[in-house]
Amino acid sequence: MKVIGQLERSLAVAKKDLLVYFLKGPTLIFGLLLPSFLFIAFAIGRDLSVEFLMPGLLGMTVFFTTSAVGPVIAPWETRMRTFERLVSSPIAFWGIILGDVIASSAFGLFITVIVLTLGALVEGVGIITGYLVVATVLSSFCFSSLGLMLSSHPTSDPSRIMMLSTLIKFPLFLISGVFIPLSEMTSARFISMLSPLTYYVDLARLSIEGTGYLNPGLNVVALALWGSAFFAIAVLLHEKNLDKRF
Amino acid sequence: MIEVTQLTKVFDTTRAVDAVSFTVSREEIFGLLGPNGAGKTTTIRMLTGILKPTEGHARIGGYDIQEHPLEAKQLMGIVPEMANAYVDLSPWRNLLLMGELYGIPRKEREKKAGSLIDLFALSEKMHHRVRTLSKGMHQRVTVAMALMNTAQVLLLDEPTSGLDVESARLIRDIIRTSREEGTAVLLTTHNLQEADELCSRIAIMNHGKIMAVERPENLKRAIKCSTSVEVAFAQEVGEHEVWFESVNRVERKGDRLRLYTEAPELVIPLVVDYSRSTQNLILSLSTIGPDLEDVFLQVTGGGQ
Repeated sequence: MKVIGQLERSLAVAKKDLLVYFLKGPTLIFGLLLPSFLFIAFAIGRDLSVEFLMPGLLGMTVFFTTSAVGPVIAPWETRMRTFERLVSSPIAFWGIILGDVIASSAFGLFITVIVLTLGALVEGVGIITGYLVVATVLSSFCFSSLGLMLSSHPTSDPSRIMMLSTLIKFPLFLISGVFIPLSEMTSARFISMLSPLTYYVDLARLSIEGTGYLNPGLNVVALALWGSAFFAIAVLLHEKNLDKRF
Repeated sequence: MIEVTQLTKVFDTTRAVDAVSFTVSREEIFGLLGPNGAGKTTTIRMLTGILKPTEGHARIGGYDIQEHPLEAKQLMGIVPEMANAYVDLSPWRNLLLMGELYGIPRKEREKKAGSLIDLFALSEKMHHRVRTLSKGMHQRVTVAMALMNTAQVLLLDEPTSGLDVESARLIRDIIRTSREEGTAVLLTTHNLQEADELCSRIAIMNHGKIMAVERPENLKRAIKCSTSVEVAFAQEVGEHEVWFESVNRVERKGDRLRLYTEAPELVIPLVVDYSRSTQNLILSLSTIGPDLEDVFLQVTGGGQ
């Protein structure tokens, strides 16, 4: 079947996800409330400039919002037997996962655009560079795919996936340079390279503070590679575990 | 339209489906009849591409479900074992979603969804969330979703199970209409009457195997032979004492006697007369409908 036809079906899945899942409790708690409280806890009572806080806030927003939805969808659909409905429809398996990724990305981008707009009002529109726009879109895809990958365990209990997801996401978040810029890290810097969020935050610092640690092109390529890897692994793992869902 | 050859599914050490083969033609309703755990749902799930067969093949409209899954699925309409419309969406949204998943153009899918809403009498609730609908209405939505793509093959897994009389009748009527329009229908059920009423051929399935493929007439005979009157007397009675005329066989079930007959209405008065004449009180008396196990024995030649 034609790829265009499959992409249209992915959009149908994404539309369904947007209608069904974005007001679910776990999405709002892990996607909006948790990062908000984390940011407040980090920023309150400290004499930090907006330029310093903004890249971290953007990173937290895009990371937590886009990766919050994926872990909800698969177990929820397994529990309600709607996953069976999707799998038996004439849509390729990658098309279903892509639909979920598109929906998660759209949610994350929507929230990130709000934060970015507020930042632009304070700092001026100059902070919105081409690199930042490209990196935000790529990051949304990357972290959404990460969320979908983490939800491949065949369970019908969303809380189990949320627990696993938190276990993986927090270390990635803490080593990513959100709180401490790469340039100020010492020997631990190489560990931060293992987190895809590192590359986004570094690009955001370049756009807003004017100084990044890594080459911006390298950041973009790294985000694209991490995203592609997460997406491919998500498709493979979901397909491999399909028998165990029913 | 459906060709199943030696289809087998093994879960760990359990052979859930064991070398099942059958075909279903256009304008035919083929029934898979069996108790819970017989392997009916697993068979359907392999036909819909949800589960991979351990061995064997299934072709839908000439397309192998493993080699050309998208082409095969495009021809199918599926009603799974449990109603699975999106409960947070309305019937209307659910139908449009199915239309999109089957690649139906927008105007066409809206027209089709509208006609299905009317056909299934869902107009009043079409914009309500499915979670607010009754079980019968939910199942109507599920069946309507299966018909969105004008399927050439309908796979229905116990579509009327647990439904109210009106919804069950409506769904049976629609299954008949689909057959008349040329659709090949595969129906699983554990309801003997439903299988007899709808199907032109019936496969009796148990323990993952097809025990026999029968015409409904044969099933009807089996159903008749497996009707019984069950009675418990205050004092013990020997089987031979209640082997009345029109009783085919008598079995002891604990403290009760089961009298197999094709005419329970004739046997009941004889049981009452026997109780009066021997002054042996009847503690309980009931008519037992056909039991699947008994039907299997009859149909597969294991009965007496």
